[in-house]
Amino acid sequence: MIRAVLVSLALALSIAMGPQILHAVTPDEVLDDPVLEERARGLSAQLRCMVCRNESIDESNADLAKDMRLLVRERLLEGDTDAQVIDFIVARYGEYALLRPTTEGANILLWVAGPVMLVVALGIGGGFVWSRRRDVARSEAALSSEEEARLKALLDE
Amino acid sequence: MTGVESVGDTGPVSYLRDMDMSIAELGHFALILAACVAVVQMVVPLVGAQKRWAGWMATAEPAATAQFLLVGFSFAALTYAFVTSDFSLRLVTLNSHSDKPMLYKVTGVWGNHEGSLLLWVLILALFGASAAWFGQSLKPTLRARVLGVQAAVGVAFYAFILLTSNPFLRLAVPPMDGQDLNPLLQDPGLAFHPPFLYLGYVGLSMAFSFAVAALIEGRVDAAWGRWVRPWTLAAWLFLTIGIALGSWWAYYELGWGGFWFWDPVENASFMPWLLAAALLHCAIVVEKREVLKSWTILLAILAFGFSLIGTFIVRSGVLTSVHAFANDPERGVYILAITGIFVGGALTLFAWRASAMEAKGVFGVVSRESALVANNILLAVSCFVVFFGTLWPLAAELFFDRKLSVGPPFFDAAFTPFMVALMVILPVGAMMPWKRASFARALAQLWGVLVLALALGALTWTLQTGTSILAPVGMILAVWVVGGAAVELWSRAGKGGVGDKVRRLRRLPGGDWGKAIAHAGMGITTLGIAALVAWEVEDIRIAQEGERYTVEAYGPWQYDVRLNAVNRVEGPNYISTMASIDVFRGERLVAHLEPEKRVYPVAGMPTTEAAIDNGILRDVYIVIGDPQQGGGWAVRTFIKPMANWIWAGCIIMSIGGLFSLADRRHRVAAGARRAPARAAGLPAE
Repeated sequence: MIRAVLVSLALALSIAMGPQILHAVTPDEVLDDPVLEERARGLSAQLRCMVCRNESIDESNADLAKDMRLLVRERLLEGDTDAQVIDFIVARYGEYALLRPTTEGANILLWVAGPVMLVVALGIGGGFVWSRRRDVARSEAALSSEEEARLKALLDE
Repeated sequence: MTGVESVGDTGPVSYLRDMDMSIAELGHFALILAACVAVVQMVVPLVGAQKRWAGWMATAEPAATAQFLLVGFSFAALTYAFVTSDFSLRLVTLNSHSDKPMLYKVTGVWGNHEGSLLLWVLILALFGASAAWFGQSLKPTLRARVLGVQAAVGVAFYAFILLTSNPFLRLAVPPMDGQDLNPLLQDPGLAFHPPFLYLGYVGLSMAFSFAVAALIEGRVDAAWGRWVRPWTLAAWLFLTIGIALGSWWAYYELGWGGFWFWDPVENASFMPWLLAAALLHCAIVVEKREVLKSWTILLAILAFGFSLIGTFIVRSGVLTSVHAFANDPERGVYILAITGIFVGGALTLFAWRASAMEAKGVFGVVSRESALVANNILLAVSCFVVFFGTLWPLAAELFFDRKLSVGPPFFDAAFTPFMVALMVILPVGAMMPWKRASFARALAQLWGVLVLALALGALTWTLQTGTSILAPVGMILAVWVVGGAAVELWSRAGKGGVGDKVRRLRRLPGGDWGKAIAHAGMGITTLGIAALVAWEVEDIRIAQEGERYTVEAYGPWQYDVRLNAVNRVEGPNYISTMASIDVFRGERLVAHLEPEKRVYPVAGMPTTEAAIDNGILRDVYIVIGDPQQGGGWAVRTFIKPMANWIWAGCIIMSIGGLFSLADRRHRVAAGARRAPARAAGLPAE
């Protein structure tokens, strides 16, 4: 009995978790003004569908995503700038809705992690290359005779 | 066969009627036996290598073969259960259905958690056995240690399967029919996506085993580098194919033609790919110049570590949704523990022994060595960026109590610059000789390509209607890299007339060809991505049956579309709403397309089947939507410029990998096996 419940639960989960596959933006949502529509699409691609796995509202078929798309278009028709629309969505749905994280607070770590790591890696790598260079003047350490023979055997194959 | 019935651990199995039903028990038994063999293969050779006991070391090879045969049997038994729709197995009931086409009954074996783990250990055992079969020329202690470490990884996963994810569990009351495989997985692209990905993930276990064995051994030399390279190359090759298959599947199946989403699960496969690419390059430096040894070891450990982390991300569901961790904490924690033990253990060993790896070669600041160091820096840091971005939502919630998302806009911005930098330096670095090079000489041969790249970039800039610099940049990089690869290959043919050079080109080692081809493949993929992202055209509208409309686009990409009719069609295990659509160029019929919406009643799930007219310069991609209240249907038409170049580039990269693998210089083992046969003048067996 318990197993049957678990099985049906697992199945229900697998359906609920499955990616939404029907296409997103429907014809009735499209704005008449192509410039506004393009801005709406650009903004939609940066906003997360709150109930989906990992999709923007532009891609999602969920009802909530449709509501959010309509909301974005409503704000644009009211004359909001892109930044104002984003702020409006964040005020209503929270930071979670942003696919492009802000640079506020700890998020700065996320944005600088790559460049900082690059600088560190270039430092270490550069130091290594430089240290090998200083050795150029010295003669190369010769292989031991055993190593020499082994290398030769390998190269001859 | 009554003796094995008690092995099944679901209590009474009184309905076992014949041989047929006990094959699953035999499979289960074989799996347990394989685990036992793996324990022996882990302990005995490692001890033997430490004590220099030849007999103990020699157990590794037969053990590796036996382990592979046992898991192979176990996997075959599970496959048999799926093929014969044995619904007394819980796994078959949950993931199969008697109406399912045979192909998907077979692929259903790994279309679930338990089966995919069994596939994982099967491949692990296959790689271990291959190392035993082809590793005759390895030093005995190194070979014993490699196989021992490989078996240790196996033991952890056997325990995982047997304790938490047993595929052979029986149901006390078997149902009449199964619950069907997720319809999204009933697709040729996705059916073969996991095996390739696993071949890649698990292939990196060989590099890991070699790295750990070398650390225990306390020595890394040119021969070691030469040994690690083909395994890494094979793993990278499989990862490339696996990722490309997944991306291609997403493109045609998910209904809007995206090809990469920076989803945690995708990132999980991309991170090992980046590190495998880095490893592949620095193993050359170890082989040719005996420097970068400890870095190569570290990279080999990390590359497999990322494979394990990838498995953790995919299997635990921790990142798909932050709260899904509770779904299966036991499994997630177990994989995390495996990852911690192996990566942590290897890194500890590394910290302790790495200083023994003394670099030998010296080289100038401008040299092939330095270029490969730069390559490794860019690949490793870009992998770090993906890693950081993938885990950041988790970290932000744990440490800063912020629920946030990190999506494609972040990765596009943070990751792409590294790839651009990599491609800018690639042709120059590839031209440089070892030890000491000069920029002027490397560039001297590349001026023509550079001018061509910039000219074509400028042409693209003037032709395109939009203002995005993406397409011109993509064009410049692609021409630069592809042209650079061609020039490099040509220059390797030496001096002399065209006839001489062509003759010498054909005799160039496979490695040289492989390098040029793989680099060119990367250029082609880049161009495909840039063109698709920059120039895609989308048309969303309500179309009446019989209506014809024009999809407005730049000259060569403008098409007319006519919705002829929409019909209801029944498939083998689904019901379809199928549109009949003609695509015209002017008055000429270009293609007849039939996009579908399917409902799989058993799984209760709808899928969208886009219809695509593939072309070299564009895909016409059509999706049928819902019927509209005022009559007509929602139709989405996309023109996707150069989309196929993305996957064509991946295929070319893989072909490059194959050329390199076929290089005689890398087949150390094959050569070693031939040599004694020749010497004896007799067949080997």
